[in-house]
Amino acid sequence: MSEAIAKPVEGERKVFMTGNEAVCWAALAAGAEIMYGYPITPQNEIMHYWTRNVPRFGKRFLQTEDELSAGFTTIGGVLAGRRAFTATAGPGNVLMQEPLSMAEAMRIPVVVVVQQRGGPSTATVIYSQQEVTLTCFGGNGEGLRIVYSTSSHQELFDYTIKAFNTAWKYRWPTFVLADGYQAKMRESLIIYDPGARGISMVPAEPLVGKPGKIGEDREAVHLRNAYSVEEELEVALARDITEYERVAPEIVESEAFNTEGADLVVIAHGIVFRSAAMAVRDLAAQGKRVGYFRPVTLRPFPQEQLQKAVAGAKMLLVAESAYGQLLKLVKENLYGGTCNLPIETILRPGVGITPEEVTEACSALLDGKGA
Amino acid sequence: MSKPVKIALAGEGGQGVQSVAQILMDAAALEGKEALYIPNFGIEQRGGVSIAFVQIGDEKIGAPKFKTGDIVIALSDRAVRRTRMYVGPQTLFVYDSGIEGVEGDLPTNAKQVLAIPALEIANRKLHPRVFNILIMGAVIGATGVVTLDKAREAIDKRLGYKFEQNPELRELNFRALQEGVNLVAGMGVRS
Amino acid sequence: MELQPKMPKCWSMASKPHKFCPGCGHGLVLKALGQAIDELGIQDRTVFGCDIGCSLLSWDFFDVDTVQAHHGRVTPVMVGIKRANPDLIVIAYMGDGGGYAIGSQHLVNSANRNDRITMVLANNTNYAMTGGQMAPTTMPGQKTETTPFGRDVNEDGYPMKGPEMVAAITHEGAYVARGTVAKLRTLKSYLKKALENQMSGRGFSFVEALSTCPTNWRTNAEQTWKFLEDDMQGFFPPGELKVPPELAAPAGSPPEGMPIRLMGAARSGAVEGSDGQP
Repeated sequence: MSEAIAKPVEGERKVFMTGNEAVCWAALAAGAEIMYGYPITPQNEIMHYWTRNVPRFGKRFLQTEDELSAGFTTIGGVLAGRRAFTATAGPGNVLMQEPLSMAEAMRIPVVVVVQQRGGPSTATVIYSQQEVTLTCFGGNGEGLRIVYSTSSHQELFDYTIKAFNTAWKYRWPTFVLADGYQAKMRESLIIYDPGARGISMVPAEPLVGKPGKIGEDREAVHLRNAYSVEEELEVALARDITEYERVAPEIVESEAFNTEGADLVVIAHGIVFRSAAMAVRDLAAQGKRVGYFRPVTLRPFPQEQLQKAVAGAKMLLVAESAYGQLLKLVKENLYGGTCNLPIETILRPGVGITPEEVTEACSALLDGKGA
Repeated sequence: MSKPVKIALAGEGGQGVQSVAQILMDAAALEGKEALYIPNFGIEQRGGVSIAFVQIGDEKIGAPKFKTGDIVIALSDRAVRRTRMYVGPQTLFVYDSGIEGVEGDLPTNAKQVLAIPALEIANRKLHPRVFNILIMGAVIGATGVVTLDKAREAIDKRLGYKFEQNPELRELNFRALQEGVNLVAGMGVRS
Repeated sequence: MELQPKMPKCWSMASKPHKFCPGCGHGLVLKALGQAIDELGIQDRTVFGCDIGCSLLSWDFFDVDTVQAHHGRVTPVMVGIKRANPDLIVIAYMGDGGGYAIGSQHLVNSANRNDRITMVLANNTNYAMTGGQMAPTTMPGQKTETTPFGRDVNEDGYPMKGPEMVAAITHEGAYVARGTVAKLRTLKSYLKKALENQMSGRGFSFVEALSTCPTNWRTNAEQTWKFLEDDMQGFFPPGELKVPPELAAPAGSPPEGMPIRLMGAARSGAVEGSDGQP
């Protein structure tokens, strides 16, 4: 691999760009070395920007024949010791669960950016929050993955860099979950060199093809994902699940506002959180007893933080551009805490939710008229 | 908290709707304002009406799309029909007076409906190529969302490479911008 | 007196005796491959990828870095590794199903891209591990668990001739050959060339190895060899199909092909339960 000719981002500067472009710059700034990908709207521009920067910064790229291959070649890139990533959406995300199952089983730190679009099937190429279940729990496993849900271009940039560190430190497939609106809209953000902000990048290392003579300097590595008997699998899963649960508290991230003393707590993630935050802050400024809770990691889910945030609430409002995918996570993670709270919902699969809609729903609930 | 100005621009492919949106964004950036722009994209965009949603304000914009715009501008008959859904009681609805057969399709719930002879003026006094810059001038005139100064700077930034080859183009574009502002001012619109 | 056959140095002793069925051709293909790796001295920088199915059993076969991938996905995993670290020598090992069915789009595209990888495909005309279902290379009239009355070409088409297809779509620099476990030294020479072709950075290399499966063929030793040497070789002619000039064989190459003979003993019509694995 040739040495980078120049550093992609020096210091920091404010820019106006689309989300896809921000992802690309984050990957470059994070020192990602190779991208494998397949075209699908609305993430194509990540590849467009990446390929244009390949010669300039000594990076690599392969357009594969489909998302199955994109996922498996990314696994290969990681096995060879590179910071490798891919991006996908919708039906591509469905296909990608094939390789992602393998990455999950074998603790291969792939980084995947998902720009959610309408579902199921082809639906729209535009927007939704309908790939939450798929990204968190897709594949035939237990969802031992890390999923960050972003709500702005700044976060797209910040968390794409973080995803590489999280993946290589903890060795789980790590996702940046955004959507078509974030991918295609243009807004301001500050791009920066992680070093300039004191962020050190966790080094990648080869899992196969390490230097040295077999039998003298090292042993041969044999990686598999198949077992012969149930007990073997049980041991492997117990080991992985135990570790996942052990490190989850270090990984979870969430945000809460005005939840102490709030009668109503609004729960949303991703770009819908943005609308919810605006609505809640507006109402709170008027003295209304309303707050919000936002999971940043959907996986592992900030359960403890959620339960704490809603401990004093009388009711909850869950808003998402899906039909209950966030709601399911919320309910599951409320259990054991205050699980009898009435939960109202704004469920709009594949459709955006504006601050005005959230304000209206909150006002109606706070006035006791119901959603 | 001051709310951002919500602008929806719609027209046929080739009328320069997305270009105007981008230049407005650049101007907002130069003003030091916050802005968010998103086009309609995907299957609808191919062969359909081209729509740009632009929001400009002092604080970070809350959501990429909006239910009703402060100003909605439609540059074709299909655009008139397509953008009706973004019109509310506070909306200024602007359309090109040259569009035929849309009388029955115009929104009835807008704050004000304005027909401007943008294309006619562009053709007669300027050049059809700067029609979209004239529209941009109309948007600025109606909303004051950016200053003309920064608008000109933004146009220079984006189209400067063309002006280098043909300096008259700069004059033409700046005149179109002014024409747009004048057009709207002359019709008594101030938001 | 040496009772045990000499094993390739890059074979792992810990996983021997291996788990392949008696009479299975995989052991022979992997022996030829092991010899090739030894002779080229590339043990330390080889990454061996295997598929699901019987090839899965080779996951700990070599003292070589190994990755067992999903069914049909060895090729992209090896391509990913090679693209990220071209100094490694990658071998994508699979059966006829992994290569010509579920993995076919990866095969075709990797061949077209001229990826510098070496694909080794063991063709035993059935999906063996799962109990002997029809495979892309099952021959007309051949009885399998999913063609209990014999493969009907009107229903299921003709057997796929992989190397011929690969030779047709590959470009300059590719090496394509078909060997057979019946002629092990020749097979080894093909595998060696296929690896050399990768080492030189010339292009995509593909070797199909005609192999045996007495377990699912329900054949005894004599019938097995007959099926391999008469029937299979008749349909799948061994030889080198595409050779870059730098790898062209010297005079005196082994003879190719054998006369065509009709199918051997018929399979019973009863559908038997699968006692295989994934």
